[in-house]
Amino acid sequence: MGCKLDQYAEVAGREVIDHLRQLAEPMKGINVVHVNSTREGGGVAEILHRIIPLQQELGINAKWEVITGDPEFYQCTKKMHNALQGDRLYIPETLLKQYEATNRRNYERLQSVLEAADMVYIHDPQPAPLLSLCSNRKGKWIWRCHIDASRPYRPVWKYLRRFVEGYDASIWSLTDFAQPMPHPLYIIPPSIDPLSEKNMELGKKEIEKIYEQYELDPQRPILVQISRFDRFKDPVGVIQAYRMAKAFVPRLQLVLAGGGATDDPEGKDVLIEVMDYSDDDPDIHVLLLPPDAHRTVNALQRISDIALQKSLKEGFGLTVTEAMWKAKPVIGGNAGGIRLQVINHHTGFLVDTPEGAALRIRYLLKNRENLEVMGRRAKEYVRENFLLTRHLREYLTQMVAVMRGSLERIQL
Amino acid sequence: MNQPFAVLDCALIAIATGQKAHDLRELRDRLITMSDPGIMYYHFWDALLRPRFVDPEYQNDFAAWVWHDLHDRRLAERLSILNPADYRLMDDLRHKMIEVIEERMDEEDFMFYPDADHPFFFCRSQIVIFDTHFRIDDPRKLSEIIAQMSLGSIFYHFIDSRRRTHSGINDFSVWLRGFEGVYEVLADEIDAIDPYFDSLPVLRNELVTVVEKYFKKGNH
Repeated sequence: MGCKLDQYAEVAGREVIDHLRQLAEPMKGINVVHVNSTREGGGVAEILHRIIPLQQELGINAKWEVITGDPEFYQCTKKMHNALQGDRLYIPETLLKQYEATNRRNYERLQSVLEAADMVYIHDPQPAPLLSLCSNRKGKWIWRCHIDASRPYRPVWKYLRRFVEGYDASIWSLTDFAQPMPHPLYIIPPSIDPLSEKNMELGKKEIEKIYEQYELDPQRPILVQISRFDRFKDPVGVIQAYRMAKAFVPRLQLVLAGGGATDDPEGKDVLIEVMDYSDDDPDIHVLLLPPDAHRTVNALQRISDIALQKSLKEGFGLTVTEAMWKAKPVIGGNAGGIRLQVINHHTGFLVDTPEGAALRIRYLLKNRENLEVMGRRAKEYVRENFLLTRHLREYLTQMVAVMRGSLERIQL
Repeated sequence: MNQPFAVLDCALIAIATGQKAHDLRELRDRLITMSDPGIMYYHFWDALLRPRFVDPEYQNDFAAWVWHDLHDRRLAERLSILNPADYRLMDDLRHKMIEVIEERMDEEDFMFYPDADHPFFFCRSQIVIFDTHFRIDDPRKLSEIIAQMSLGSIFYHFIDSRRRTHSGINDFSVWLRGFEGVYEVLADEIDAIDPYFDSLPVLRNELVTVVEKYFKKGNH
């Protein structure tokens, strides 16, 4: 691979790249390991696919390890994930035992890598117990929570907390999500990669092919929500909003598209619910995409008039960032990181109900000029705040900060 | 002969303190007991290096929260006008804020303690400073070099300098005043730039313009 960092200079500016190289200088040669539970699907895997090669290019020996488990393990961690997002879910003792045993088995496989690392990033709850198993660790361990844990279901959080409070620090996407713990709580919002297949510019032909491929009419307005089939993404609420808006804009089309993640066992059930609810409406297109359908997602976002992300709970909502990067206004649920990105009335609208979403859909389709202006603002907002270069800078800053202690000012 | 100007750069990382306020009384109470000046600094100054919209209604996090989450425009306006550059110590600014909040609470039309839509989360930051190994030896090169500086360098030399140095002003002016009065006027003009209401890219442009204009007038 060539010098990828240099390619980002064209999008983010040369001085931004020079800044990253200088900041990374003291970390050259250190061993960093990231651990999560899936290589494909979902925002975490995507971020790791992007950020690890750049850390390597900056001279950091960054590795990515994935823990594996049987269906019971994923059932447990999915429940844990939903409980952290506020669902009052009971997790049976047998599943928790399975969770701990799976971590022990994975630890045996990863022991030497984890013990030797200067810095270990454990992503989300799935591999969280690894720290408690690594008694001969030499490096700093960071727990990276990508979930909106602002109001966790307390019994589950109490169980998980004993595994994560021993970390040297934790990272959260928003201040709202951070749970008090006896270590520094760093705040790092995620980002998108403007050069990835999901966000790069596409040729006109490739974009137009999507209309034909999914039987969409280019002459009629299109709403698109890209997300996993997950109840917290409220796909049923999106269909309700579409139906209310369609009563006024009969030519409206809706695309609900998403892939499945290997660590999400509920996806199939939700997909069936959504298919049932769409009731064979020929203008509702429910698409289950393979995990590598990045260019398809890119094209779908580009052919949309408005992007929806009507989540009830959301970690950060990278699909919002992606749509904004394509200059689309976003109608987003008033939840999690969507609030940081959708500046109400400027880059889109925040809504709390399907009714609210329907009203904003009608408004934007009626006021095309405002739709265009909001889209342009959205793109610039992402350029300044949510590109991968900013994310990488904050990771590097956090690495230095953790390695040099809790001083307010660190002079290299 | 003055020493060359050492161009440093910095990066900030935000840290949640775990403290929050759900209404105005809690905000006031937290401000009264707050001991870390870094928290005030974060919510007034660090916003320049954080995601924010190009046309924010209010300039500091407290004012923005009072408007967006408490819907008290009168108090939001009064907090927004507080200029942190006017306060040598963050503690003085904190006391002023408490005064403004309490005055508002005493007013007849004040709706007592409605819950905020979302809580206010108190944060602080860690700053990592590094040397770019770039040096400026001649003030006439200043505009050209400022134009190429990262936003981190602009923040460090123009914003962070205010709490780091005894003079409480920016590093460029301090350096220019080391030339035995030759660049006193230029230093004054740079001092006169109000850094609080602009984004860092705009501030960088403003600095470049001021320096360029000064030398175009025939000054040396």
